[in-house]
Amino acid sequence: MSKIGVITFPGTLDDTDAARAVRYAGGEPVALWHGDADLRGVDAVIVPGGFSYGDYLRAGAIARFAPVMGEVVTAARGGMPVLGICNGFQILCEAGLLPGALLRNAGLHFVCRDQKLRVERTSTAWTGGYADGAEIVIPVKNMDGRFAASRSTVDELEGEGRVVFRYTDVNPNGSLSDIAGISSADGRIVGLMPHPEHAIDALTGPGDDGLAMFRSVLGTVLA
Amino acid sequence: MARVVVDVMPKPEILDPQGQAVANALPRLGFTGISDVRQGKHFELEVDDSVDDETLAKIAIGFLSNPVIEDFVVRRLS
Amino acid sequence: MTTTVHVDTTGHAASTPDTPQPYRELGLKDDEYTRIREILGRRPTDAELAMYSVMWSEHCSYKSSKVHLKYFGETTTEEMRAKMLAGIGENAGVVDIGDGWAITFKVESHNHPSYVEPYQGAATGVGGIVRDILAMGARPLAVMDPLRFGAADAPDTRRVLPGVVAGVGGYGNCLGLPNIGGEVVFDPSYQGNPLVNALCVGAMRVEDLHLAHASGAGNKVILFGARTGLDGIGGVSVLASDTFAGDEGGTEPMLDPASRSSAPMLDPASRSSARKKLPSVQVGDPFTEKVLIECCLELFREGIVVGIQDLGGAGLSCATSELASAGDGGMHVYLERVPLRATGMTPAEILSSESQERMCAVVAPSDVDAFMRVCRKWDVIATEIGEVTDGDRLVITWHGETVVDVPPRTVAHEGPVYERPVSRPPVQDDIVAATPDALPRPSTSDELRAEILRMAGSPNLSSRRWVTEQYDRYVRGGTVLAQPSDAGMIRIDESTGRGVAMSCDCNGRYTYLDPYAGAQLALAEAYRNVATSGARPVAVTNCLNFGSPEDPGVMWQFQQAVRGLADGCAELGIPVTGGNVSFYNQTGTTAILPTPVVGVLGVIDDVASRIPTGLGAPGDTLILLGETHDELAGSEWAHVVHGHLGGQPPVVNLAREAVIAAVLRDGGVSAAHDLSEGGLAQALVESTLVTGRGCDVELTGDPFVALFSESSARVLVSVPDPDAFTARCAEAGLPWTRLGAVSATSSLRIEGVGELALPELSEVWEGTLPALFG
Repeated sequence: MSKIGVITFPGTLDDTDAARAVRYAGGEPVALWHGDADLRGVDAVIVPGGFSYGDYLRAGAIARFAPVMGEVVTAARGGMPVLGICNGFQILCEAGLLPGALLRNAGLHFVCRDQKLRVERTSTAWTGGYADGAEIVIPVKNMDGRFAASRSTVDELEGEGRVVFRYTDVNPNGSLSDIAGISSADGRIVGLMPHPEHAIDALTGPGDDGLAMFRSVLGTVLA
Repeated sequence: MARVVVDVMPKPEILDPQGQAVANALPRLGFTGISDVRQGKHFELEVDDSVDDETLAKIAIGFLSNPVIEDFVVRRLS
Repeated sequence: MTTTVHVDTTGHAASTPDTPQPYRELGLKDDEYTRIREILGRRPTDAELAMYSVMWSEHCSYKSSKVHLKYFGETTTEEMRAKMLAGIGENAGVVDIGDGWAITFKVESHNHPSYVEPYQGAATGVGGIVRDILAMGARPLAVMDPLRFGAADAPDTRRVLPGVVAGVGGYGNCLGLPNIGGEVVFDPSYQGNPLVNALCVGAMRVEDLHLAHASGAGNKVILFGARTGLDGIGGVSVLASDTFAGDEGGTEPMLDPASRSSAPMLDPASRSSARKKLPSVQVGDPFTEKVLIECCLELFREGIVVGIQDLGGAGLSCATSELASAGDGGMHVYLERVPLRATGMTPAEILSSESQERMCAVVAPSDVDAFMRVCRKWDVIATEIGEVTDGDRLVITWHGETVVDVPPRTVAHEGPVYERPVSRPPVQDDIVAATPDALPRPSTSDELRAEILRMAGSPNLSSRRWVTEQYDRYVRGGTVLAQPSDAGMIRIDESTGRGVAMSCDCNGRYTYLDPYAGAQLALAEAYRNVATSGARPVAVTNCLNFGSPEDPGVMWQFQQAVRGLADGCAELGIPVTGGNVSFYNQTGTTAILPTPVVGVLGVIDDVASRIPTGLGAPGDTLILLGETHDELAGSEWAHVVHGHLGGQPPVVNLAREAVIAAVLRDGGVSAAHDLSEGGLAQALVESTLVTGRGCDVELTGDPFVALFSESSARVLVSVPDPDAFTARCAEAGLPWTRLGAVSATSSLRIEGVGELALPELSEVWEGTLPALFG
């Protein structure tokens, strides 16, 4: 069975949920500790949501220096699939694995809602299981979710088809170009603000639209 | 027109989790010798000459800061 | 800042019996101070005085409410007690829900701090209740927040509400606890006295229950979590100054800067940070608390905690005296070992500090190393501050000198008890006589239609989305129902699907009209909400928010509410497992509406069988369970349309509530929604909007009464097989009325009233709070 690591930093909140999602998708979740420079032989890594170190300096700013992140950066540059969800996305941006930054929501409030997204790119390690242009509903919940980057960076992302998810009905946080998630050039690293791990069954989420993200990496990349 | 700077800081006796998180991270990043960090807010206001110091103080005390937990300093630049 | 700390030792106290002490400034009455001197056989030291004054305060000692709260115990039968693993007197009540799981839950008030500093007041309210749950040995799983504010359009509400909501969200979200429900209620009586109540639910394996006691001489006392600072010791700081004149509490909120006489502070050198003006505001650090939770849970798993207590109000004074008095020995605390955040703190200040995110544990000496190792893993500061002794005294020393030497029970449990005068206010007769019967009622279809829309958009009935979108309801992945559902529901056991439902409710207007019936109506609504989710109600907690206990009329309201609630619980056969009392919620002589918030916990064997809130599938039959009478006194309609409050509240029918709950548990219901404020009209509006489906309804009897009466014991249900369902209702003796059917359209059609398109309804219902609060 493929092993997917889920990192826990002090202040990480959605690690158990990400691990559950991996299990639901048929993979084996492996707990990774922020203080250990060791990926324990995993095939892919999820950097889950939460408020690492309280997000007190800037979201993700302190977590990116954790020993485990050095290993993640090296492995990611070597092609290991990495998914950053919410705080994880912020950490990947701070770590320089993805471009841009996530700023305070335009409405200045924490926002938790069932969010409609369009899957804009299916040729990534984490979205192969979706149909092109699929409309999905995934909860978004964050304080600092407004994607920002220089005009040239956004043009580059758009031009290279690296915008992976876009908000459709409402832009919940004022993100540039309604960007909800992006990928690295090779499509192995994906970061998004919405929480696919909270959409794995209709009992505890708005539906199971998020499950395909975890199945994608298990099915298309690691099989 | 003048630029007025208002700096708002948590009172010394008030817990400052933000500053504390930064202070705790510094040694892990290899920066030593820093014993404390406090994090506050910095405001820059463009004001007419007609706005007097007393008005600025009112803005600072009742709106930009909560005097229950924060101190402030108002400075006129140029 | 280096100050020489003047230390008042027990020896010094014994030799200086006539030294005047500022006990009145600390809130102690003359006879209370005399009693302390009798207990100790000398005057108390500064540190002892600080401990007694805070522990004997109304907040900690329940001195005005104790004689009434006893009634809860007196009315709890052995049968009701059977499933209780811990009850009143512990940090929180604990209930056995089966499969080896125990649930602990409690609600507490943080009212005044939230008025002074809305964000931090609300945030630390959440933090405090979560530590209470943690101290039982449980993992905190979800929070709920019943909130009450002044009029929705009052300027102070605009200051208080956004801060409180952001504080509840800011702390709970960062802690990783889903917020699964609560209340937001507006009434002018809460202006200046907002109610911020916080509830937390936690779960543990039955064998992991941890109670707060310090047993076993030689065991170590370990303080862990945040450092201790000058938080919340505004009162006790009088002990640090040589003179007591000129002390200014300093907790006035800044409402109107223009009205303050303070000199402008343009000179940085004139920054005020005088000790005497210390605010009683505490700042919360949810990140530290999150880490503390994980650290505690790991310590519990390792089985190395003998006793544990959270530090909340009254800080170390409370934790050490409660731990010591609940154990079988005494305790010695070396106060100079407490890690401090401020310099020059006196022993009295250290004992009284209300710095947040701290816990105190009792640990066997052989386990101290393991304990410290777990704390280091989580970067949690932990310090051995003392040990359990074989004496019966709580002794606290400061650099070798004794500053406290007391029998701990006299601090923690044997405080003063008052039999406050109780008398039904004469004005109560006038209140009851002022019925709403003569108020003009809408009669034409156009008037009724307009009234439905007006009510739907009124502050108390409009959508709570603006508030609840600021709360994370998904974290932990176990949330099955959350706002806008009638009850919150979380899954406890992933393998069996066992879960719990929770609702907290109160209608202060009903309680104002009749405190006994009003408390029972609050219980009935919370019970009904839990039942409507498909769960079986099993236990009750409460947060009793009232005015001044020194007002005999308020004490009458309190006494009646306690009796009503206790009698109601006895009738329903579910125990009260704990609660909280908040007095002095009043401005001048005007008290808030008496507000006994009641929380009901329910159990569901498999959360997959929950009943969703709203409407079922198109074609399902809509049935109204219960009976509707002309009951408009205290109703939302009388409040919104006429600003009227008088008469008798709706009749209580707890036996009927229990029958409804049983019928709902039997199944056959595709969706349901309880009827409460705003009556059937509001239930229909919410049901259609929540599910995004329309329905066709035919009313029986007077359409106005049918739509707006607030008769209790009623639930709107959608059923796929009406014949089978109504046969079961008949069998159970439950009256029902066929209302109509769920439709495939997107409008609410009411025969004789007209059609309300969902988009129009939605705009009205959703628009109110955003328009008020941005």
